[in-house]
Amino acid sequence: MWSDWLYVGMFFVVALFLPAAAITIAGILAPKKPNPAKQAIYECGMETVGEARVQFKVQYYIFGLIFLIFDIETVLLYPWAVAYHQMTLFGVLEAALFVLILLGGLVYAWRKGALEWV
Amino acid sequence: MSLWDFLRDPIGFLTTWFYGVLAGWGVAPGVAQAIGFALGSFILATGAMLFVMLLIWFERKVIARIQDRIGPNRIGPWGLFQSVADMLKIFTKEYITPIGVDWLPYNLAPVLSVASVLVVWAVIPFSITFYGADLNVGLLFVIAIASMGELAIVMAGWGSNNKYALLGAFRAVGQMISYATPMVVALLVPVMMAGSLSLNEIVQRQTVWYILVSPVAALIFFIASIAEVGRSPFDLVEAESELVSGFNVEYSGLKFGMFYVGEFLHAFTAALLFTTLFLGGWRGPGAEQIPILGFIYYVVKTGIVYFLTVLIRGSLPRFRMDQMMDLNWKLLTPLSLAVLLVTALTNKLLEGLALGWRVVVLILLNGLVLWVVNGLLQRYERRRVRREVTSVRRPVARPQQGGAE
Repeated sequence: MWSDWLYVGMFFVVALFLPAAAITIAGILAPKKPNPAKQAIYECGMETVGEARVQFKVQYYIFGLIFLIFDIETVLLYPWAVAYHQMTLFGVLEAALFVLILLGGLVYAWRKGALEWV
Repeated sequence: MSLWDFLRDPIGFLTTWFYGVLAGWGVAPGVAQAIGFALGSFILATGAMLFVMLLIWFERKVIARIQDRIGPNRIGPWGLFQSVADMLKIFTKEYITPIGVDWLPYNLAPVLSVASVLVVWAVIPFSITFYGADLNVGLLFVIAIASMGELAIVMAGWGSNNKYALLGAFRAVGQMISYATPMVVALLVPVMMAGSLSLNEIVQRQTVWYILVSPVAALIFFIASIAEVGRSPFDLVEAESELVSGFNVEYSGLKFGMFYVGEFLHAFTAALLFTTLFLGGWRGPGAEQIPILGFIYYVVKTGIVYFLTVLIRGSLPRFRMDQMMDLNWKLLTPLSLAVLLVTALTNKLLEGLALGWRVVVLILLNGLVLWVVNGLLQRYERRRVRREVTSVRRPVARPQQGGAE
């Protein structure tokens, strides 16, 4: 078990190193001739107006919240799924109740109009 | 005998031989294993990144055929080395860094977008002997790592100091986190059937391919994985007509190339995962005795799935934002929960039945669930009051009535 995580850790370092090395090598090989016009922000040929870090639509935030609820509750179901074969029908029914509550939450969000993209 | 051993299982043979050599040199077993791990991960990761060149060629060729073109055909046989030439060219391209970028996120994003996909390869079982790590939380690890790609996209969008990039990043993250929900729920089905999160064990326990046990879950995972990669029909992230090219507008040279590599690798990794979880991975006749056969089965199955995603990319138009969100939250999410419920209950109730019969019942029930949920949603859709976009008064600058001023 321990050695498996060692391998994953090494793989992670290698996976970060390879693209970083490629980008660095390309940076050494490539020409460097910056000028203000070239470095301007690309906005379809127009002059940039105002700040680039604009405010975002609140809808993204609402979907983020719904996602958070669903994802956490689904992660709670994973241990149940792993133990599925050792379980009696009662355990499965309890999980079914849990999923139904989850569905209830989805229906609530739906009726509230949180799932509409306006 | 030795040659047969090598041909039967090249990876296992080389590994044994390598550890034998190290032991012969008097290296301690722990150190030898660390060296082996470092070398193995380096070779696998480099192989994966070079393999992307082949994927790009394949995809360009297939899409060209769909669009009645020839595609790359100049460099090498059938244009095979086109991607190699492209890579050599992109290595000598200047990095154009716009004014006002946030240095760390801007430069970390391309690295992270490749790394987040590459790390998944550490736990994928390619054959019975050829796998990196056999984590007992393998699938959870894959899901966690895959969501690191979203982080890279946010970093790219925020760091670029560009409105289009930021809007593209918002869209990308909105889409990816949304489609993670049905995907994670659909993945519960193979976990439940195998009773394990380890990818290795999920493959080994698939006496019946899980696509037969739950075709709807497989379909949901397939759609969600295409959306996670952000390819057509879900390529709102880089909708050229609206957002120039999305979160990577301000990237050039190999930094852009890394996003490109990351996308292709992600698409292929999604196909690998689909094969592992629903198509039996390396399973096939004789795969246990002759591991190399298992590897070939695995590659062939993955190739078919990947070809399907390319076919979909080449033939479907792009979704609109609200359609994309509706498809996810109003169809796939309820459907995935319903399939999970039905599969869990039925499989438990019919535990005494033979496996073949259980599979038949499950397939029928899957079809029923799809039909019922679809019917319910269609009824809801028909009753829904739609806003007429054309009749809304919009504040448009019009010439003033009553002469010029």
